[in-house]
Amino acid sequence: MPRRAGAPEVNAGSMADIAFLLLIFFLVTTTIETDAGLDRMLPPIEPPETDVVIKQKNIFQVNINKNGQLLADGELIQLVQLREKAKEFLENNGDGTCAYCSQGKKDPSSSDNPTKAIISLKNDRETKYGTYITVQNELVGAYNDLRNREAMRLYKRKFTDMEAEYLKQETSATTKERLKEELTRIQDMFPQKLSEAETSSSTATAGN
Amino acid sequence: MSKFNKKKGAGDVPAVNTASLPDIVFMLLFFFMTVTVMKDSTVKVENQLPNANEIKKLEKKDRVITIYVGAPTREYQKVFGTEPKIQLNDKFANASDVGDFILMERAKKPQELQNVLTTSLKVDRNANMGLISDIKEELRKVNALKVNYTTYEGDAFMNIKQ
Repeated sequence: MPRRAGAPEVNAGSMADIAFLLLIFFLVTTTIETDAGLDRMLPPIEPPETDVVIKQKNIFQVNINKNGQLLADGELIQLVQLREKAKEFLENNGDGTCAYCSQGKKDPSSSDNPTKAIISLKNDRETKYGTYITVQNELVGAYNDLRNREAMRLYKRKFTDMEAEYLKQETSATTKERLKEELTRIQDMFPQKLSEAETSSSTATAGN
Repeated sequence: MSKFNKKKGAGDVPAVNTASLPDIVFMLLFFFMTVTVMKDSTVKVENQLPNANEIKKLEKKDRVITIYVGAPTREYQKVFGTEPKIQLNDKFANASDVGDFILMERAKKPQELQNVLTTSLKVDRNANMGLISDIKEELRKVNALKVNYTTYEGDAFMNIKQ
């Protein structure tokens, strides 16, 4: 048979081997991890211009000492109780203006309504970071529990799920628009007022 | 042709066609190539993050500045001691350097991202809050107010045991 004109075909048999080699390299170096954590906003450094007077009963003071013990509103409590305590405080509804605080106890010595309630967190310089995160987690959890409950009632789904969908990049613009409206409504019901005071200085002097 | 027929006669299963194998492998290769993020700094501190369950994901990687805190790992303990330290990029630093670091990192980002940056604090669970408070104070000074206490997903009460 006479040979046809034209270049002979390149042997592509080793292509798979080369590709495999590269594939294995990238497989090994890949870390598909998205970091996750507790989002917090720090207070701005300049103090607010007008000194707002906050009633003592609207503040839920949480203190963590260096041994990891917890003082909430003047009571020594266990960490597991903190979430319930915080929820109780937030939806206490002392002045009766909060229509959606279904489980509020209306205790006159606790918070007026959720928009006024402030949780203040104070820690010692020697507090372990792990303990601090647990406390933060419980306080954020208290807010999330209440918000989830309201979102279930109004939109039949969890607040945290809605928020996750809103933050996703794949979500379409129209859905985001709608979600944002719904999220803001629920956030306004239970605004997250979590103040972090500077760490106590009493031990700072003792430590040095 | 008769040459091939001879082999068939032995009752063998025909060989699987592997012509599309490179295509499949290439597809996988491109997938991994696009999702790979090369680590840009080695962590020189102990970094056992605490657990939490009320967490949010940090979606956009290009908007995150990371600060590591923890006790230096064994190979660095001779030089830097065993007290928790701050690691910025590849260097150990003091709390007072955090502000400058944030400003520098912020300047590297494109203009439109500079106001939406999040600072991810990757802190070892055994670090003390004093150091964290110092960092927070520095962050407030440079107006980097959005922080994320990066944690593992898990039961938060695991942090207290041990």
